[in-house]
Amino acid sequence: MSTAGTVPADGSSTALALSIEGLQKSFGASAVLKGIDLSMASHEVICLIGASGSGKSTLLRCVNLLEPVNAGRIILWGQDITRPGIDQNAVRRHVGIVFQSFNLFPHMSVLRNITLGPVKALGLPRRQAEDEARALLDRFGLLDKQADYPDRLSGGQQQRVAIVRALAMHPRLMLLDEVTSALDPELVAEVLDVIRELASGGMTMLIATHEMGFARDIANRVCFLAEGRIVEDSPPAELFSNPKDERTQRFLRRIIDAGRL
Amino acid sequence: MTGPPQTSFGAEGRGPRLLSSGRGAVAVSTASTIVVLAGLVLLFWLAPGSAAVRHTFFNPQDMWKSFIGDPKAGYYSVGAALWLNIRMFLAAEVLILILALVIAVVRQSVSPVMFPIRVVSTIYVDVFRGVPLILVIFAIGFGVPALNLGFISTQSAAVYGVLALVLSYSAYVSEVYRAGLNSVHQSQVAAARSLGLSQWTSLRYVILPQAVRNIIPPLLNDFISLQKDTALVGILGAIEANKAAEIFSDTVFNYSSYVVAAILFLLLTIPLARFTDHLIARDRRRRLAGAPA
Repeated sequence: MSTAGTVPADGSSTALALSIEGLQKSFGASAVLKGIDLSMASHEVICLIGASGSGKSTLLRCVNLLEPVNAGRIILWGQDITRPGIDQNAVRRHVGIVFQSFNLFPHMSVLRNITLGPVKALGLPRRQAEDEARALLDRFGLLDKQADYPDRLSGGQQQRVAIVRALAMHPRLMLLDEVTSALDPELVAEVLDVIRELASGGMTMLIATHEMGFARDIANRVCFLAEGRIVEDSPPAELFSNPKDERTQRFLRRIIDAGRL
Repeated sequence: MTGPPQTSFGAEGRGPRLLSSGRGAVAVSTASTIVVLAGLVLLFWLAPGSAAVRHTFFNPQDMWKSFIGDPKAGYYSVGAALWLNIRMFLAAEVLILILALVIAVVRQSVSPVMFPIRVVSTIYVDVFRGVPLILVIFAIGFGVPALNLGFISTQSAAVYGVLALVLSYSAYVSEVYRAGLNSVHQSQVAAARSLGLSQWTSLRYVILPQAVRNIIPPLLNDFISLQKDTALVGILGAIEANKAAEIFSDTVFNYSSYVVAAILFLLLTIPLARFTDHLIARDRRRRLAGAPA
């Protein structure tokens, strides 16, 4: 489903999609990321897990250039996007991000929320953008909501619209930042189903999540973050049943005690 | 596909209720209002100087004469002069909306390149919020013609008046805009930029529309104030409603013309206030009802 764009050249299935080298980020005196190394292939799904404040969200925001990095490099399909002078808007058009709090535009209808990016950033004719948006809404069972304003939708519907809004840009990489954390429990499943469908369609996704069961199902690899570093990076079966690092073991034990795994 | 029917009834905000419901309450409030008003009118009527005041300020004949004007008798129509107030108001309003927005956006910018312009904007706002409007009108209205700058120095008093109003009010309105921009959460900026929208496009389509919705009441409040302050331009000799009323009273020695001017200004400002309420209610209705974009 990854439409070749203008920036990254090689979109073949074996290509390295994302490569992060020695990434550091601090806010004032507090260092949040202290040297992240991570690479992911096209069509791979990686889940980032870890306690709140471990730097999962910051890592995602760095990849989308919403946060400037202090040191290290982020390479997307062979292109260093952290080098000075990079066209940030061009990079962001290829990287979709979905936020914990949806962040839909409250003054626009669902349809306008979705078409704003394609029309204003990609320069698509409005008719074409609307047709594509309706097709996406239809695919996720939201077509009857196209004229509604976000305030009228349930949390689950809002988050699905937010995912559709990101998809409408034809991103090659999707970043999902704890997209179910703000939802009532009974609404979580409808959002996770959408993500599962994207994964089965081959979307490359980097997902920060607290849903361990979901991570185990969907991820090719799970990375455990602690104190600004990736302390463990393995396939889910291995990480969840046989964690090597002592901090991972402690974290998972707490999750299990809380009945979340 | 407008809002569902219930919006004409329940969802439409009627504003805060001042009175508890029920017929008894309505009767009591009506009665008390009548008693208070009657008391005030009675006081006015029975005051020792009442007859003189009524003759000087509320003389129907003089009110009518000043309203229609009589150039041969040496005074202008207050009603016609109001047209100048309206034109000055409209011109100033458009310019203020633009200039104040530019200032607010500049002051909100973070780029180091903008630093000098940011300093200039801050000084501008500090100065023009601090200096009384009447002094600004004097300074522009008498200062600029004295500069002898050809075209710039040969404009009418109304043009200088509008210029002074724009300079003074833009400083205030830019602060209102700034409050509005700050009221839009940073996550909206992040969402817009994450779609690859440029800073300007994000501002234009995502941030500003939300900011303006949040500041419509204070913005309109400033414009109601602006409508009245167009009367100050009369001190430069522009024949606007207040100046026309002054000329009438100087000629006929009756102040009823001022009451006419006051009534005309009320007729201007009250619709604007109701229009503000209408906009707020419509926006709320639309967002809750899910109307088409």
